[in-house]
Amino acid sequence: MTDNRLAARQIELEILRYDPEKDQEPHFERYSVPCINEWCVLDALNHLKDSIDPTLAYRWSCHMQVCGSCGMMINGEPKLACKAMLRDYPDAVIRIEPLAHFPVERDLVSVADDFMDKLKRVKPYLIPGKVRVPTEGEYKQTPAQLKRYRQFAMCINCMLCYAACPEYGLQPKFIGPAAISLAHRYNQDSRDGGRDERQEEIATNEGVWECTFVGACSEVCPKHVDPAAALQQVKVASTVDWYLEHFMSWVKK
Amino acid sequence: MSRRPYVREVPPTSWYFRMPRYMRYMAREVTSIFIGIYTMIMVFGLAALAAGPERWDAFLKALQTPLSLTFHWLALAFALYNSFTWFNVAPKALPIQVGEELMPDIVVAGGHYVVWVLLSLFILFWAGVF
Ligand code: SF4
Ligand code: FES
Repeated sequence: MTDNRLAARQIELEILRYDPEKDQEPHFERYSVPCINEWCVLDALNHLKDSIDPTLAYRWSCHMQVCGSCGMMINGEPKLACKAMLRDYPDAVIRIEPLAHFPVERDLVSVADDFMDKLKRVKPYLIPGKVRVPTEGEYKQTPAQLKRYRQFAMCINCMLCYAACPEYGLQPKFIGPAAISLAHRYNQDSRDGGRDERQEEIATNEGVWECTFVGACSEVCPKHVDPAAALQQVKVASTVDWYLEHFMSWVKK
Repeated sequence: MSRRPYVREVPPTSWYFRMPRYMRYMAREVTSIFIGIYTMIMVFGLAALAAGPERWDAFLKALQTPLSLTFHWLALAFALYNSFTWFNVAPKALPIQVGEELMPDIVVAGGHYVVWVLLSLFILFWAGVF
């Protein structure tokens, strides 16, 4: 017979706390939390908030890796708290901070406004190539056409890639991995005609040319979007554009 | 409730010590310095060649000093490291889709290696090594 008892485990959570109304700057606070080894870090935080310190602020919603709101730094790595399993952290202490490279709103809550603005700028929605009326029927797309962008459509806007990207840390104007990947997702869509509009934002110094292909974004992405791949593909396509424009202007795009 | 977001600065000159993956990235970038110096030496050689046989001979002599040999071995090792790291990520930048399937990475990366070997052989042949 298998032993179905869950393993209890006492864990020290070292959490960055910041109260904008009282604190000059953030500081770490340590909590000893009775956990179950099969929990995820989010469970441990919820237990801490419910039974030890109700003032702790953090974001979460789905508890199943789809809403993208529970991103935080766990032992220095950008992670979804609902995907980070306690059993993968054998040490007695787990250090939890808000996402790197974003301002801290309060405790583990970071300010996402910058990312939201960038997302808006790249127009991450379908801009139809030609106007259609309902009587023309639905859009048709083959599995091969779907395949061209499907991976990039998996993004849940969790911003882990921004927390991993050193370029974004050094140059906050960088439009960044997820927003450019989403622009690429629509550019690759056979139903879309908005590429020229998006290129104005992303084929720029603040856009894809700020990227030096560190590749950290792809290593941390919980949805295997591979933003680094998307950005390099945008670079290749933009370079081709440039050559066509300057040396072969007679070729119609 | 008042908002007062706290900005944690990124240290501009030491950020890459924070994570092994940043160090790997810096290693790749630093190798290009050696490739740059190597290119300068080539330009120097060309200038020596244009300046006549004496200067050219002196240039060849300088190449054979232990210091120069050490540098060239180092530069070769770093150039290989740089090439390998870039060839291995090439499939990300140039995915090839055939029908519904993406070609496996090995096809795209392998293509780069094949072209590289062929080009190198061609240059060696052309330079009269064989
Ligand atoms: S690309 Fe990946 S890491 Fe970045 S926001 Fe989307 S899901 Fe998160
Ligand atoms: S709570 Fe929704 S992704 Fe973690």
